[in-house]
Amino acid sequence: MNVHDASPITDHGSPTLSPLGYPTNLFAGKETFEGVNETIGSVVLRDRQPRPWWIGFIIAFALLMVLFLAISWLLIRGVGIWGINIPVAWGYAIVNFVWWIGIAHAGTFISAILLLMFQHWRTAINRFAEAMTLFAIACAGMFPLLHLGRPWVFYWLFPYPDTMKMWPQFRSPLVWDVFAVGTYFTVSLLFWYLGLVPDLATVRDRARKKWQKIFYGVLALGWRNSAAHWQRHQIAYLLLAALATPLVLSVHSVVSLDFSVAQLPGWHSTIFPPYFVAGAIYSGFAMVITIVIPVRKIYGLENLITLRHFNNMANVMLVTGLIVAYGYFIEAFMSWYSGDIFDQYMMTNRVLGPYGWIFWLLMLVNVVIPQALWSARVRRNLIALFLVALSINLGMWLERFVIVITSLHRDFVPSSWGMFFPTIWDWATLFGSIGLFLTLLFLFIRFLPMIAISETRELVAEPQKAMTL
Amino acid sequence: MNKEKPFGLAAEFKTHEDLLCAAEASYAQGYRKMDAYAPFPIEGLARALGKRNRVPLMVLIGGIIGGAGAYYMMWYANVVSYPINIGGRPMHSWPAFIPITFELTVLCAGLTAFFGSLATCGLPKPYHPMFNLPEFERASQDRFFLCIEADDPIFDATKTREFLQRLNPLNVAEVPK
Repeated sequence: MNVHDASPITDHGSPTLSPLGYPTNLFAGKETFEGVNETIGSVVLRDRQPRPWWIGFIIAFALLMVLFLAISWLLIRGVGIWGINIPVAWGYAIVNFVWWIGIAHAGTFISAILLLMFQHWRTAINRFAEAMTLFAIACAGMFPLLHLGRPWVFYWLFPYPDTMKMWPQFRSPLVWDVFAVGTYFTVSLLFWYLGLVPDLATVRDRARKKWQKIFYGVLALGWRNSAAHWQRHQIAYLLLAALATPLVLSVHSVVSLDFSVAQLPGWHSTIFPPYFVAGAIYSGFAMVITIVIPVRKIYGLENLITLRHFNNMANVMLVTGLIVAYGYFIEAFMSWYSGDIFDQYMMTNRVLGPYGWIFWLLMLVNVVIPQALWSARVRRNLIALFLVALSINLGMWLERFVIVITSLHRDFVPSSWGMFFPTIWDWATLFGSIGLFLTLLFLFIRFLPMIAISETRELVAEPQKAMTL
Repeated sequence: MNKEKPFGLAAEFKTHEDLLCAAEASYAQGYRKMDAYAPFPIEGLARALGKRNRVPLMVLIGGIIGGAGAYYMMWYANVVSYPINIGGRPMHSWPAFIPITFELTVLCAGLTAFFGSLATCGLPKPYHPMFNLPEFERASQDRFFLCIEADDPIFDATKTREFLQRLNPLNVAEVPK
């Protein structure tokens, strides 16, 4: 209907190369306001989604049904359907909780920390990563609640005036967790939605169908792009980023305190908070790469998400991966150096015990394979990068398995040792939660703009910002 | 159609530099009740229009209330309302209260930033006269607008239009109420 200008507002010219040989322009070629609006906006406004979207959505939805089945059976029969028992009372539920909450961290890292550091390349992936954060926290939050045994009384965790005249135990890291994860979800949601409002207004104004006008009109809250709106929006966005930055560091630190405040060998360690935070960012970037590579291909976003983005993300993975490897090393060193027989046995058992093969698999997928990222050729080859990212996703899950299960199964007194074997319901809940995550992600791609349109327009208008690094 | 006073006069610009110059010129001319519309945030535009921003102060107050409230709650619970002696440890064990104090500081500051910025923008607001301007949907896509409102003390339908015409716009249109 509208006749929009096709002429470029700015011309980025031919890409210049950095000393390392990467294009320094954020955009692959010429981008115009209209090009940006059309590329991103049309994904949500078009009637038919590409076939891969449907295939992916159907698989994800089927897995979601598996989750519902697993949860229903859990509510009927109780946590005994899982493989947990004494001594391993924290089974997959806690492994999955820590895994998902770690994945969530990359979103906040990309959107908040990189925003504060003026890393404009984040624009192409931040919305996506923020959505991933939200859905991953939703998956994570589910597990401790299901693990409670009586999830319907979860609200006992909150301080409220109850008839039992009781308070939560505020000195317990498990209660800190409730506040940390609750705050993290709320602040991530607000940050994500605040960033979405101007883009929802763009989609509202481009919509031609009535349901779209109403749907996006309501979500856009009447945003009209006025200077006063932008002023308050920008400062609120920046302040939320500044708040989310220490928050993201605190959340995984608090999660790690669930372990390290306990006196169990393998858990009682001061390195846990920084090593958990690095691991969280590591796994989160791996998940962003795992998802962005196929989505970019399916929706033809090659001009907006360039090889430079993947290169930068791979570099972050390489650095955080080395910190994680250092964490593994220090854990082993300290257990020897402490001279504590229980700690020394824990380490021997972790490496050579019945679960030793998981430890060695962890070393392979989480420490050895990611070293391929030293090579620029691997960082620029999307298939290789995708495989490395998958390996890290698996590795970070195995890491939590090693921490939770091998530490619990043999503690101080040999008479209380035992083995943990997952049941089919453990697996169903794990894969079901992946279904929940992917279903939400597919719906997000279908109904909401997956790249920040207004921020990309800003880069089109002020190309010097796109030339960083 | 001009029986009723219009909402204002809107000038449409092609680039953000033009809009910024026009905003500065209008402020220098003495116009105060006006607003600019652009598809992305433009540095200095709100300042050029004389818009003030109280969101940071609100966020600071929200954060202080959240942190102080959280600490007070835990102190009250563990020292006054429900003291339990566990191995002779102090009731007022402040280091254990720090994580939740921090989390609730961030939570309350974050909620204030979100709802405070929406409230100072007057959102949600489903209807606004600017939406009557036929071209206005491009403000969220690729065009830049400056609207001088009719409520401004020195607004005059013909003089303001002439003034806006001098600012090098693509066109000037009346915004019906």
